Amino acid sequence: MTVKKHGAEELLGFDKFAVDEEEPHIVIDKTICAKCKDKPCLVICPAVLYTLKDGEINFDYAGCLECGTCRVMCSQKGIAKWTYPRGTFGVAFRYG
Amino acid sequence: MSEEEKFDVIIVGAGPAGSASAYLLAKAGKSILMIERGVSPGSKNVTGGRLYTYALELVEPGLHSQAPLERKVVREQVMLLGETSGVTIDYVDYTFKASLPQSYTVLRAPFDEWFAGKAEEQGAMVAAGIRVDDLLIREGKVVGVKAGDDEMVADIVIAADGINSFMAQKAGLCSELTPHMVGVGVKEIIELPAETIQQRFNLGPDEGTARVILGCTEGIQGGGFLYTNKDSISLGIVYSPESAAKQSKSIQEIYQDFKLHPAIYPLIEGGTTVEYGAHLVPESGLKGVPKKLYRDGFVVVGDAAGFCINTGTILRGIDLAIVSGVAAARAIISARSGAEVGPNYVRELEKLNLTPTLKLFAGWPEITAIPRMAKAYPQLANDALKFMFTVDGNVPEKMPKAMRKIAKKHVSIGQLVADGWKGVTSI
Repeated sequence: MTVKKHGAEELLGFDKFAVDEEEPHIVIDKTICAKCKDKPCLVICPAVLYTLKDGEINFDYAGCLECGTCRVMCSQKGIAKWTYPRGTFGVAFRYG
Repeated sequence: MSEEEKFDVIIVGAGPAGSASAYLLAKAGKSILMIERGVSPGSKNVTGGRLYTYALELVEPGLHSQAPLERKVVREQVMLLGETSGVTIDYVDYTFKASLPQSYTVLRAPFDEWFAGKAEEQGAMVAAGIRVDDLLIREGKVVGVKAGDDEMVADIVIAADGINSFMAQKAGLCSELTPHMVGVGVKEIIELPAETIQQRFNLGPDEGTARVILGCTEGIQGGGFLYTNKDSISLGIVYSPESAAKQSKSIQEIYQDFKLHPAIYPLIEGGTTVEYGAHLVPESGLKGVPKKLYRDGFVVVGDAAGFCINTGTILRGIDLAIVSGVAAARAIISARSGAEVGPNYVRELEKLNLTPTLKLFAGWPEITAIPRMAKAYPQLANDALKFMFTVDGNVPEKMPKAMRKIAKKHVSIGQLVADGWKGVTSI
């Protein structure tokens, strides 16, 4: 298989994740997101975890690369909680 | 871990800054606990990346020769991409090979794990898989850290917890990161046979290439990078999320299109992507460094302190992290009281050239932030060379006239003068 254009899901498929099913490390407040005009999260998340579904922001913390870009860019405080995943959980880079 | 057990130093984060500190402090006989949230040191870290090895030599002479490094950089390249073309400046210097170690390409997961292991060999305790949640502060002094229900105490806490430094924030040394302070980097590791890499990049078996690329971000402030590892290529871009937010295309898609650029794709063709990573980069140089790097019982090092230099041709972070880790260790070792640690640290950063170097490059982020650097100038260079190399049987235009025309297509005289002035005054 040669290198080609990959979609976000495919890219995340190359990484190793230990998803913390009990405790999401990022939580968004959709009522704030609904009022946010710019929605920078739709374009700046390298994992494309913020998507628009029927006009509403949809977010999945499972493929998070833990970069912090959304935390820095969310000007309306729609991100109600942003922490790193609990110890051992989240992405584990094998190359880095 | 019981509350009674007290360490001389607790280090939050087992990246290069933390491990450099842990190594030297443990070697000096201090009791050290280094806490890492990843399942192993390095598993949360991403670099471009390369390492300037002088920094490791500060920790211990000869240490770099044991490190799991990839290839010694002998080719330094700057590439300007046009829409379907590319101009590459390729500087090769074989004395890099013969002389003192200069720089190597590196992958952080194996490197960080090795480095933390070296600190462990010196006697440091490394606790991986633990997320530090908070600082313990008593009577204005940082006395330890909290992780879940556990409290761990120490005379000094070193925050080596990277760019999203919650520790430095909790200590009150820095406020929340703002969009213009950071770049976001995305990167793929693309596996290719060592021989293919050597052929494509004109390298000997252990030699490597480091390339910075301008004009690949669809006008978004930022640039690309390419590093040859032993049997993989690190290819990525770093861009301003603030500038990217104005685009409707996701930065992940922009990166995918960059991969397929006709001047890039042949370099990675036939390869296999094995990892996709992303990370924030401190981008504002000295301006992004907290005014105060310490408080009673606490110092901040590495990315957490915003130590990063980007001149457009040289990107430095890991070496500065290690240097700051060395500075923190030296400060703690030489301090006669806790109160001396912070001021000692600042002095060591001066002595080890970190602060003076950051000061020297303080204006450079202004240059990399010139909007035309990401598109107009790379395209202009490509058009100029296209003119120079085109032979089609017609009488070509006179050079000065043609160049003026090409320049005008991409940039106004006013912009050119303004950018030139900014360039001169910033450096």
